[in-house]
Amino acid sequence: MQESLWIAKTGLDAQQTRMATISNNLANVSTAGYKRGRAVFEDLLYQNLRQVGAQTSQDTESPSGLLQGTGVRVVATEKLFTQGNLETTENALDVAIEGKGFIQVLMPDGTISYTRDGSMALDSDGQLVTSNGYPVEPSITIPQDAQTITIGTDGIVSVLAPGDTTPSQVGTLQLADFVNPAGLQAIGKNLYLESGSSGNPQTGNPGLNGLGSIMQGYVESSNVNVVEELVSMIETQRAYEMNSKAISTTDQMLQYISNNL
Amino acid sequence: MGNYLYTSMVSASQIMRGMADVTHNLANASTTGFRADLSMFKSLVVPGAVNGGDLPLFERTGVDTSFGALQNTGSDLDVAVSGEGWIAVVAEGGEAYTRRGDLRLDALGQLTNGAGQAIVGDGGPLAIPPHAKMEIAADGTISIQPLGQGPDTVAVVGRIKLVSLDADKLYKGEDGLLRLRDGAGAQEDANVSLISGALEASNVNTISTMVKMIELQRSYETQIKMMKTAADNDRASAALMKMN
Repeated sequence: MQESLWIAKTGLDAQQTRMATISNNLANVSTAGYKRGRAVFEDLLYQNLRQVGAQTSQDTESPSGLLQGTGVRVVATEKLFTQGNLETTENALDVAIEGKGFIQVLMPDGTISYTRDGSMALDSDGQLVTSNGYPVEPSITIPQDAQTITIGTDGIVSVLAPGDTTPSQVGTLQLADFVNPAGLQAIGKNLYLESGSSGNPQTGNPGLNGLGSIMQGYVESSNVNVVEELVSMIETQRAYEMNSKAISTTDQMLQYISNNL
Repeated sequence: MGNYLYTSMVSASQIMRGMADVTHNLANASTTGFRADLSMFKSLVVPGAVNGGDLPLFERTGVDTSFGALQNTGSDLDVAVSGEGWIAVVAEGGEAYTRRGDLRLDALGQLTNGAGQAIVGDGGPLAIPPHAKMEIAADGTISIQPLGQGPDTVAVVGRIKLVSLDADKLYKGEDGLLRLRDGAGAQEDANVSLISGALEASNVNTISTMVKMIELQRSYETQIKMMKTAADNDRASAALMKMN
């Protein structure tokens, strides 16, 4: 029927998606390594109803035309990979990445996923695993009798065996980085997958080639800014109300014509 | 039947076009860098009409070039144009212009905005090599710290083409990007500057848009009232003809 009804509907849809993104950010305000999302809006195509610059006579042309907009859509909900706060936990197996990069995680299906959440633990075999129980890649096994575990800023994991005076290396925590981290596919559980738009992973040792360094005893907190989200929420609500007002106004106009003619 | 019935009918349908335009602006009140569409009704003279031959015609006159609010985001890749000026992007038929500065890199390292339009640098789309850190300066110069090198080596990899455009010659294309009416590409302007870490919001003034919506609604109702009057008058003259 009336195009303004449908245009306002696209506005409502888009604001609703934005509201969902904000709610997801707020729900994850305490999730370690969480990166906030942002709904990216784009105006829809315009319909050229009357050509601007068309000849109005042989020597004159129309100074204005009619290009009818058709609304808005959410083109993406991108992740913003700004650094979260580093919170000290005093736990030897908690690591935070200061700078760029992701910890590589071996998924049960054999693929590699990537995470910024460095709150790790050991499984029954002494393997270093994420809080979901997925081992880090390349795998690192801590001997059962290890007295202390040290993870250096360069990712080198060393343990002190009983009776020894010098620690021995058991592996290196490697990081991976992408040319376009915002293009990674978020799959939940704080994990991301490589996608067509993220580019290939560039792996390396922490602190080298632009990769961030590892901070033992810290966890990177969520980068959600609560105040900003609340302001966005108010803005979203008002924009939603205005679009629904546009629908009711159009509806009243149509009602008026059917009641009066 | 009166001529004014047709005049009101055309008016009502043109007002509905205006409603669609107002709604489109409202729907884009949260679209980054969006420029509101300006419109007006003009009278279309119908030659030969006895009296009141003017028909209203709804037209888009151009775009509102006033500034949108600045939102600080803290993201390195977000830029807003400070004051007058536009960012050049690759578009169909050459170059087009936008105020949208939510930049990102695609898998090939090409710099695009949130709508996926490639940003124009010195002579073509900008591609950024792998880097540890990237900075966008106020004049659009992009410098990076290449991978594997220290902070003392900073390489300049290009400059975002920033232009200033004559507001009178602007028109919005079907893709929502702005172009110059004569089809020419704009020259780079050194006076245009960027603010890094911020985005420019849509410049749709929601209050005046809502007021405009109410105004359109009321004038629509007036047109319908006119149509009803025309029908009533017609009925009255038909009744006059009746013998009993």
